[in-house]
Amino acid sequence: MSEPQPPERPEVPGERPDAQGERRHLPGERPSVSGESRAPEDGAVAATGMGGAMDLGAAEAETLEQEPREPEPAGRDERARSLWSDAWRDLRRNPVFILSALVILFLVVISLWPSLIASGNPLRCDLAKAQDGAEPGHPFGYNGQGCDVYTRTVYGARASVTVGVCATLGVALLGSVLGGLAGFFGGKWDAVLSRATDIFFAIPVVLGGLVLLSVITSSTVWPVVGFIVLLGWPQISRIARGSVITAKQHDYVQAARALGASPSRILLRHIAPNAVAPVIVVATIALGTYIALEATLSYLGVGLKPPSVSWGIDISSASPYVRNAPHALLWPSGALAVTVLAFIMLGDAVRDALDPKLR
Amino acid sequence: MGRYVVRRLLQMIPVFIGATLLIFLMVNVMGDPVAGLCGDRECDPATAARLRHDFGLDQPVWQQYLTYMGNVFTGDFGTAFNGQPVTELMASAFPVTIRLTVVAILFEIVIGIVLGVVTGLRRGRPVDTGVLLVTLVVISVPTFVTGLLLQLLLGVEWEWIKPSVSTGARLDELIVPGLVLASVSLAYVTRLTRTSIAENTRADYVRTAVAKGLPRRRVITRHLLRNSLIPVVTFIGTDIGALMGGAIVTERIFNIHGVGYQLYQGILRQNTQTVVGFVTVLVLVFLVANLLVDLLYAVLDPRIRYV
Repeated sequence: MSEPQPPERPEVPGERPDAQGERRHLPGERPSVSGESRAPEDGAVAATGMGGAMDLGAAEAETLEQEPREPEPAGRDERARSLWSDAWRDLRRNPVFILSALVILFLVVISLWPSLIASGNPLRCDLAKAQDGAEPGHPFGYNGQGCDVYTRTVYGARASVTVGVCATLGVALLGSVLGGLAGFFGGKWDAVLSRATDIFFAIPVVLGGLVLLSVITSSTVWPVVGFIVLLGWPQISRIARGSVITAKQHDYVQAARALGASPSRILLRHIAPNAVAPVIVVATIALGTYIALEATLSYLGVGLKPPSVSWGIDISSASPYVRNAPHALLWPSGALAVTVLAFIMLGDAVRDALDPKLR
Repeated sequence: MGRYVVRRLLQMIPVFIGATLLIFLMVNVMGDPVAGLCGDRECDPATAARLRHDFGLDQPVWQQYLTYMGNVFTGDFGTAFNGQPVTELMASAFPVTIRLTVVAILFEIVIGIVLGVVTGLRRGRPVDTGVLLVTLVVISVPTFVTGLLLQLLLGVEWEWIKPSVSTGARLDELIVPGLVLASVSLAYVTRLTRTSIAENTRADYVRTAVAKGLPRRRVITRHLLRNSLIPVVTFIGTDIGALMGGAIVTERIFNIHGVGYQLYQGILRQNTQTVVGFVTVLVLVFLVANLLVDLLYAVLDPRIRYV
């Protein structure tokens, strides 16, 4: 201890001398000191109401709200690229992204044209064949009512994808508009919005779904979409708000303001493009969780209702026959799990690509 | 600290009122509380009007809400569809769900933290990649699918457990349901611990401890783990409320007669009193858990000061 220590280079948070080996940031990681991980939340309630997967999404987005580091010296070989074209270059080479994007593309195609790969009618059932196993032309066997499991699994993609896409669009629009405005203007409405999000976070999601949807008799997807938007927007709005507040403090915003740009121009042209990345990542992950939520609600009997064809309904109706016909449970469950996994992995890959710290 | 607690308690009041009001409105405005009393048939209009008047349903909604909340604070939660007071239902349901939640939290603590420490100390090795992949899959598979699959495998195919839980819901019967309930949070705790450990292994105090010549086990348990667990503890704390609300699915799969079961019955039978009562208590539990976690945070991490 007697030797004088050479003065240490002051550590920049998030950038350490030995960070080379640790560059890949996996979900759930936060570059901050552990002490900062909850303190910045000013709400009365932590955002756990949506369950672990949404927490994953929220944690992923946090690292994207960083201050940009000072720009690197201009590119050696080519002109400066934008964050988005850079991200796209990364994504094209990422096998996880390609795989999950292919799965999602496939899902979208079969939800638009299910007859491409399944010629039967999902509502045509033959009780004589109830609970039978696989046979030629019917690779997944029959369920408890004698309907073809393969056809129903293929047609079930439509409900899931519709609910997921519509709910995510609704949540992302409502949440980012409200959160963005609150973060940009601050003041009284910001406080009101923060308290409102607290209220929505205090209601467990599945519980709220049971209460709200049990009184609705419509058999379309819209009540479910509406419910998810109603309980989902606070999550995105909190993220959009934080992201806008971070972007607002940057020098280019001050410069734009000094040049006399109007608030709407600053918000739309300067802040929005720089604050949208976390929202996109969380929305992608949320899409997966909304599909899971729809299936859960349908399983409980309050989401979509027969004669709609949905994986949740099929899993629910297969569970009494699980002893004799487990295949009727396994195929829709597998399809559901793969779909949700694809969206979460896609969000994960997009996050990695958009994170400037990995550059 | 005192001022912070008071401020947080004051902040909780509007959230509590807002959340309960929201549930109250959903149940009362969108559904018809009287309809459930006549069974599946339409109510006779005269009877319906009479019932409405008796229950005070002809009063404005805000007045109904105030009356209800007034009763709740004197311990009167109303009566369930079978004439039992809701408080009796709660007395039988909450112990079961609390047991289930305790089992789930134990799983989160034991398995989640152990896996997190193992992977955090071996970043980039096959075991790390494998566990991360498994956690991603667990997070992706909805709880009800995990539950049904485990019930099928362990209960029906291999017959290790009984597929459904008896009314008494002993602790040993709740092991598999608890694991199912915990699964998603378990995966998240693993990831959180792993990140936190990996982050702190480079900290100065760990280097000092190693340089002092402390045995590796002591460095990990006394220095590394203690500092890394702060975010994990807070996550588990906030998870308590979410688990109790999320138990509906698990309790339905394994036929456990807890809070989720009673709520589900209340919703099926359109019994407003049961639903609003249980939800009110759940919201309270959630808010109090959040408050306790925030206070615990200051105790665990002396760097944080609340003023």
